[in-house]
Amino acid sequence: MSYIIDRRLNAKKKSTVNRQRFLRRYKKHIKRAVEEAVNTRSIRDIDQGGEVSIPNKDISEPVFHHGNGGVRQRVFPGNKEFVVGDEIKRPEGGGGGGSGQGKASNQGEGEDEFTFQINQEEFLDFMFEDLELPNMIKKQLRDATSFEVRRAGFTSVGSPDKLNVVRSLRAANARRIALSGKERRKIRELKAEIKTLEGLLPNPDALTQINALNEEIKALNKRIKRMPFIDEFDLKYNNLVRTPVPSSKAVMFCVMDVSGSMTQSIKDIAKRFFILLYLFLTRSYKKIEVVFVRHHTHAKEVDEEEFFYSRETGGTIVSSALNLSADIIQERYPPGDWNIYVAQASDGDNWDGDSHICREVLEHRILPLVQYFAYVEITTGPHQNLWLEYEQIREKFGDTFAMQTIVEPADIYPVFRKLFEKKE
Amino acid sequence: MKKRKPISTGSEWTFELIQQYDQEIARVAKHYGLDTYPNQIEIITSEQMMDAYSSVGMPLNYNHWSFGKQFVSTEQQYKRGQMGLAYEIVINSNPCISYLMEENTMTMQALVIAHACYGHNSFFKGNYLFRTWTDASAIIDYLLFAKNYIAKCEERHGVDAVEQMLDSCHALMNYGVNRYLRPQPVTPEEEKNRLLDREEYIQRHLNQLWNTIPKKDQVKENKAFRFPKDPEENLLYFIEKNAPLLEPWQREIVRIVRKIAQYYYPQRQTQVMNEGWACFWHYTLLNHLHDEGLVTDGFIMEFLHSHTSVIYQPPFDSPYFNGINPYALGYGMMRDIRRICEKPTNEDYKWFPDIAGSDWNETLQHAMRNYKDESFILQYLSPHMIRELKLFTITDNSTLSTMQISAIHDEEGYQKVRENLAASYNIGNREPNIQVYNVNIRGDRSLTLRHYMHNEQPLGDDADEVLKHLHQLWGFDVHLESVSPEGEIIDEFHCPPRPRAEEVA
Repeated sequence: MSYIIDRRLNAKKKSTVNRQRFLRRYKKHIKRAVEEAVNTRSIRDIDQGGEVSIPNKDISEPVFHHGNGGVRQRVFPGNKEFVVGDEIKRPEGGGGGGSGQGKASNQGEGEDEFTFQINQEEFLDFMFEDLELPNMIKKQLRDATSFEVRRAGFTSVGSPDKLNVVRSLRAANARRIALSGKERRKIRELKAEIKTLEGLLPNPDALTQINALNEEIKALNKRIKRMPFIDEFDLKYNNLVRTPVPSSKAVMFCVMDVSGSMTQSIKDIAKRFFILLYLFLTRSYKKIEVVFVRHHTHAKEVDEEEFFYSRETGGTIVSSALNLSADIIQERYPPGDWNIYVAQASDGDNWDGDSHICREVLEHRILPLVQYFAYVEITTGPHQNLWLEYEQIREKFGDTFAMQTIVEPADIYPVFRKLFEKKE
Repeated sequence: MKKRKPISTGSEWTFELIQQYDQEIARVAKHYGLDTYPNQIEIITSEQMMDAYSSVGMPLNYNHWSFGKQFVSTEQQYKRGQMGLAYEIVINSNPCISYLMEENTMTMQALVIAHACYGHNSFFKGNYLFRTWTDASAIIDYLLFAKNYIAKCEERHGVDAVEQMLDSCHALMNYGVNRYLRPQPVTPEEEKNRLLDREEYIQRHLNQLWNTIPKKDQVKENKAFRFPKDPEENLLYFIEKNAPLLEPWQREIVRIVRKIAQYYYPQRQTQVMNEGWACFWHYTLLNHLHDEGLVTDGFIMEFLHSHTSVIYQPPFDSPYFNGINPYALGYGMMRDIRRICEKPTNEDYKWFPDIAGSDWNETLQHAMRNYKDESFILQYLSPHMIRELKLFTITDNSTLSTMQISAIHDEEGYQKVRENLAASYNIGNREPNIQVYNVNIRGDRSLTLRHYMHNEQPLGDDADEVLKHLHQLWGFDVHLESVSPEGEIIDEFHCPPRPRAEEVA
């Protein structure tokens, strides 16, 4: 007799743990592969999962096996023209693995790289590992605007729609058992008495006594029955409380210089940087808004397309963009509600007289309101006065302000890591 | 024979149909006298099949990264279409569990049932290696015990410590079997009870061994004293019992790996026979059903199509050649034995006087019960088979510049090809023969292994890596000497490494 069982609905991901163990063990290798991928991928699929390759020799499991050399006699099928005594040339590479039982073929033939897929989430995990968002204060709202209703046990007062039937009936049952205890004990005693009297039965005295006792039991039973089935006192209601929830909203300001000196390749680097930051933020916040601010001598809020692809010429006044950002924050993103991040990318050019204004705007209008301000300068040349002014700010606001230089696309990811690395 | 109505005509399967086919196949199998464990047929999806693949075909196993690696690569290959998944996996347990994939057609399901549930199953139950080395009724319980035990160790001692331990044991897994000693079967309950006794006993026993307080009568002891007295082939067993620094839980892990290795040992030695047997029976059983009219011609055509592709042996110069196909060799030999019994030629009378003309079923059953690949080929590979596969031997002597053809399918060659082929299935030849030779008990506690060389073949380049694992387990210096049959030491490996002799000189 055979049993036929349908297992198709059983848990599928039996290997998940083993897979994670594997990823954990080769974290370093995978991280390196991810890093390369981030730098070489096109912007559109930077956050996709992908293939990861690890050198085969790094992950092989060693076993004792025969090396090349010595005398071997191997049997092969399909002889066509050989006769005993023929000599043939030795094939390159040791001639594969003996009887070809496959599996642990240690020699050649296999690919040099062990390649496998990781999904998007794992990819991002590796990408952003050990990074943290600085100053991520959960905004506990004083002027609470968002609440969440949570269950918090049961109460004995409440509106009928919150009545909990199971709890109420359970309480009623308990009450009835508790309050009828005395009567039921009495009944038990009387019944026992009847039993002893029944032993003497033909005796007429006993009979009358039994009848009297039966009457008594009946009376007691009536009293028990009179006990209310459910009482106001039994009613239990679901208790719901409103708790303020920390805001999980964030806004990210992308500020970029679009003056004539910014070439398309510099903008591309900036774009990659902004995308990394955006992906990173999505891991911490449920809802993210992005504000694009571009500037030459004037600043303007634009949409994404225009931000990255339209070209303008002219001089550069950075403070215009900072002022505009500060205005937008004041208008639309009250810092009580929003976690604010600003990322600024520029080639470092600025009108000389403007740089110290930038510093003041930053110090007074922006830095007190934001979580983090990251400035990247994409340049191969020497730093100019904007960088020097910003350096002063960095000294003052070390934990909300950071700046780095990017020279070529390969720097983007390392610089990003530096900006957001975990601080002790 | 009275023609009956076929069981089904379409290619879709249903549970009712599977049940009907199973009943019919069981009836025919009984007719041929196949003795099987009860069957448990489980229908699974391809994803579940991949899970099963990566835990070495077991329904449950402890967690280890190497299974994850296996899974990841299977998944990758499958998704890219580089490989198809097996139609079935069958587990040597009682009841015998077989997995059928839901993607299979009805014909394939019937083929798999005949192949796994009656072919492999009867092999598991009948073959002497499986009977002595594995306990089909206990394996699932034992794996469950192992999984829980290792999970508990991970909780207590950390994932990393356990992983390190398992890595080291896996490296030596092939050296965790007793080749000659026969085990006594143990039930899982006994196993549990013995666990505590064992921990205590080993610690006490060890202390005895490593006791440094001299006893009076030891002074007279022979200088050439060696421990162990006889070389020990089961390295993991030796470590479990004698490694000085292991904690009880670590010893238990060594034991678990060793037990599982032992469980797989018969499978590694009977691949040709096992697959040959199963193929022979699915062929015989399904053709029997066809003769009775229970399956359609279309069914038998589809069946033959996959049957022939499974038992195809590409010649050595084909791009598809990947060694000798165990299905082809095994199936061919089983068919050949039947032929020798039913229609013997003069040659067969000369080569196989015992079986030529005897009852084929009895002869096959006898072969299935009492042989492993090596002895099976040595006993039953006929000149007819050698001619059919056109087998030939190449001798590859690394001291010569070319390789020689040393035997082909002719009168002088039959015996030689047969011996060579049989030898290539001898695990003792396939894997280097390494044994525990000595422990320096009085001195630095170093462990010396000896590699007894076979045909002058040296050790592969993984040896140093494996020694590191052994060192991890043993806790003191480990040496490995390659020894020629004359007793001369050809090569040495050390962990921690020592400069090579030439470099010193």
